[in-house]
Amino acid sequence: MNNKSLLNLIDITVSFEGFLALNKLNLNLLKGELRAVIGPNGAGKTTFLDVITGKVKPTKGEVIFKGKSLIGRKEHKIARLGVGRKFQSPRIFENLTVKENLEISVTTPKSPLNLINKKIKNDQLDEIERLMKIVNLSQRVNSKAGSLSHGQKQWLEIAMLVGQKPDLMLVDEPVAGLTDEETDLTADLLKSLSGENTVVVIDHDMEFIRRLESNVSVLNQGTVLCEGTMETIQKDKKVIDVYLGRPED
Amino acid sequence: MSLNRLNLNKITTLSIWIILIAVIIAAPTILPVFRLNLLGRYLSLAIVALGVDLIWGFTGLLSLGQGIFFALGGYCAAMYLQITSSSEFPNNIPEFFALYGVNNLPFFWEPFKSPLFTLIAIWLVPALIAGMLGFLVFRNRIKGVYFSILTQAALLVFFNLFNGQQKLINGTNGLKTDVTQLFGQMVGSESIQRLFFWITAILVIAAWFFSKWVVKGRFGNILIGIRDDEPRVRFTGYNPVIFKTIIFSIAGGLAGISGALYTVQSGIVSPQFMTVPFSIEMVIWVAVGGRGTLLGAILGAVFINYAKSLVSEALPASWMFIQGGLFILVVTALPEGVLGWMKGDGPRNLLQRFGFKRKIETYPSLEVNNKEEN
Repeated sequence: MNNKSLLNLIDITVSFEGFLALNKLNLNLLKGELRAVIGPNGAGKTTFLDVITGKVKPTKGEVIFKGKSLIGRKEHKIARLGVGRKFQSPRIFENLTVKENLEISVTTPKSPLNLINKKIKNDQLDEIERLMKIVNLSQRVNSKAGSLSHGQKQWLEIAMLVGQKPDLMLVDEPVAGLTDEETDLTADLLKSLSGENTVVVIDHDMEFIRRLESNVSVLNQGTVLCEGTMETIQKDKKVIDVYLGRPED
Repeated sequence: MSLNRLNLNKITTLSIWIILIAVIIAAPTILPVFRLNLLGRYLSLAIVALGVDLIWGFTGLLSLGQGIFFALGGYCAAMYLQITSSSEFPNNIPEFFALYGVNNLPFFWEPFKSPLFTLIAIWLVPALIAGMLGFLVFRNRIKGVYFSILTQAALLVFFNLFNGQQKLINGTNGLKTDVTQLFGQMVGSESIQRLFFWITAILVIAAWFFSKWVVKGRFGNILIGIRDDEPRVRFTGYNPVIFKTIIFSIAGGLAGISGALYTVQSGIVSPQFMTVPFSIEMVIWVAVGGRGTLLGAILGAVFINYAKSLVSEALPASWMFIQGGLFILVVTALPEGVLGWMKGDGPRNLLQRFGFKRKIETYPSLEVNNKEEN
């Protein structure tokens, strides 16, 4: 509908042996947008990310990213096109150091020949420095990532995501298990990333979503139930029924 | 962690290297030629073990079929030696052909008349076959136990193939090398065997440097990433198939070199190199020595095999029990292998058990800070 659209999901249906994980899901993301996606357990939130990143092939439907179809592309090709993903539980390389983790994410081109032959470029090293400062890990450069605290691991993974320089960042439950203070910092970090980047955040934590001050899509039973600002969706009767629950009288 | 441990690890590694090199240098003068030959053989096995460590210890690919590539290297070397030493036999082709009424040299023997071709084929043929096999397997995302089973099945296929081809490669009898000629001398003679010992020793060290170069830096980190969390590597934009194919091919090439050196020092190559237990033993050497340490693979291969021959001489038939027990001990008590245990908390825990006080662990970031400021 307009040329600023970055990602467009059209009638996505994913069927796992008859069970519809996603059912004719439609979603349009604009460039630079920050979008929150919420929904009850089993609503299809993670499957939705799996479809975009190529892990799950939809039974029907089309995914258009930067004008190109993503259907049938391999995961690493989609990643190189500019789709980055942060997983629900922090997935970092625990046996590598913080710096080595970030090296893996910022390195381009991601070919074996480049990796074995050449030293990492200086601008990429600078980028690593910058990322470590942003997520407060400068003191832990040479620590094994496995020795970090849960919150630090979450942040390291976010830093790795940013280091990939993706056009689209998919962030799955970034504040699970974080303290309130860390949650606030994460919200600010994600907000500061949008604008330049397009960010999709999936979460349960309503306080956190509210802090993002973004548009919200509510998923239920594999389809988009409602879209709008936090205020709008909180007043929506359907949303209240399936997810937010009626306020106690 | 940090400073002390790092230094300690360096000292451990360095002292092991010094001992190893001292043994290698002293061996030719101290050991009788029979023992020297055994040591040479076991050193050559260290090269295939390095390959196993690259694919299993670093990349998480447990191959039970390295015997294929080991044997291929051995056959390449043996074919060259046989064909260049066949001038007095009928039709100027190796003696065994006459047994089966073969008068013309099979076509694939031809290029092995060239020493240069042979020296390249010894590692390139196994590397190419490993690369092709690996690519097909990895592209179809076969991993874990299925990968191990598949490699073992491939091993059996190759074993049966080679075992049945009397007219081409002397089938189950294999190709003898000790009575062939090299530089105008018998390959089995003392002077040539001493030469092979030196070549082997140098190649083991070269193979270690090469493996170290492969796993250091970002390439090695991707291998570790594939081992620990392959999907994550994919979502970061890397294609694990290419990386796995490359490393499997490298391990195949190392296995070929190893097999060639083993063949010329043991005097024969036969399909017995492709039996299932032998390929599993290669994994045991690495497991005992220490996965992902490279040096552990060398130590494991040399020591276990040397122990094997010493024990077998003293108490025949008991070796299998000892080897089995060793493997169980390592899996249960030292999951990181001997070297991994030494580099980890092992020695400190042991000292503590004998009543020595353990150093108080400070908050790790404090140690890192101090280190950076000093």
